[in-house]
Amino acid sequence: MSSPTGNKYTVLLPTYQERDNLPLIVWLLVKHLGGCGYNYEIIVIDDNSPDGTLEVAKQLQEIYGEDKIVLRPRKAKLGLGTAYVHGVKHATGNFIILMDADLSHHPKFIPEFIKKQSEGNYDIISGTRYALGGGVYGWDLMRKLISRGANFLAQTLLRPGASDLTGSFRMYRKDVLEELVSRCISKGYVFQMEMIVRARECGYTLGEVPISFVDRLYGESKLGGMEIVSYAKGLLYLFATT
Amino acid sequence: MKLCTKLVQWLTLAGLFFAAWTSLIFEILPVQLSHAMYRVVLILPLYLLICFGSYSLATIGYRLTTFNDCEGASDELVAEVKQAREDLTKKGLKF
Repeated sequence: MSSPTGNKYTVLLPTYQERDNLPLIVWLLVKHLGGCGYNYEIIVIDDNSPDGTLEVAKQLQEIYGEDKIVLRPRKAKLGLGTAYVHGVKHATGNFIILMDADLSHHPKFIPEFIKKQSEGNYDIISGTRYALGGGVYGWDLMRKLISRGANFLAQTLLRPGASDLTGSFRMYRKDVLEELVSRCISKGYVFQMEMIVRARECGYTLGEVPISFVDRLYGESKLGGMEIVSYAKGLLYLFATT
Repeated sequence: MKLCTKLVQWLTLAGLFFAAWTSLIFEILPVQLSHAMYRVVLILPLYLLICFGSYSLATIGYRLTTFNDCEGASDELVAEVKQAREDLTKKGLKF
């Protein structure tokens, strides 16, 4: 099938303990990417989940084909940044889509990413919860307050030119992603923030698409004191060094 | 190592402002301020700080109350998940 844009899109799905969610996210990806006629592949990078995520991924590979579902498991839980490096090495697409496998990011937005990208020939498309039309489901007032406060602080200190710094639903040109990952040293939430800051340093162009973020429908969401402390540290690090 | 970091930018601006302010207050520059003007300049840093604080609180407050709750997105997802489970079971997937 020829793709309406002539591009190939690789979705990287780093998983750990996502046995229940993986089939659902893959089904949604097939529906929304295949349904629009795009040329795509899904790379599942499972970090040796004890719940059998990889086994379910193999079943999905049988259903959808080895050209669509590519398995690149790793031996242990090694973190997000290295998962992206690992995945990109095996990617055959010229655009890479990063998203969470826990259903908080809906694949229906990917066609909008692609449209936005072709409109402005952007290097990066970032899904944003904070712009008009975006939003979040399942957050209480406290969580919203922390999120808004943290975002305001980061916007004021870094002036990054993107409204959602900690979001992890994004699309990159393959070479841009490789370049940025090699420059980033942060982990967790700060990693996503650093990617945007480095992108601006390198002069890459960025477009934004409003997304709705549905906080973990199954399984629990995490935001503890440790996350807030490491966010603050990471923000100050970027403030002082970039 | 980058020299003109965001931190340096902020410190430079703050330093310039502070230099201008102290030279006016301690009459280092040959500028004669009227008594009323002097009082305005004297409390200017505090005044700016309060303005910035109010702006921050107002902005965060406004964005907090207008934070979009995507009720529809959740309902839509639940419905699609149900479809997905049925379809995948039909295709032979063991959950």
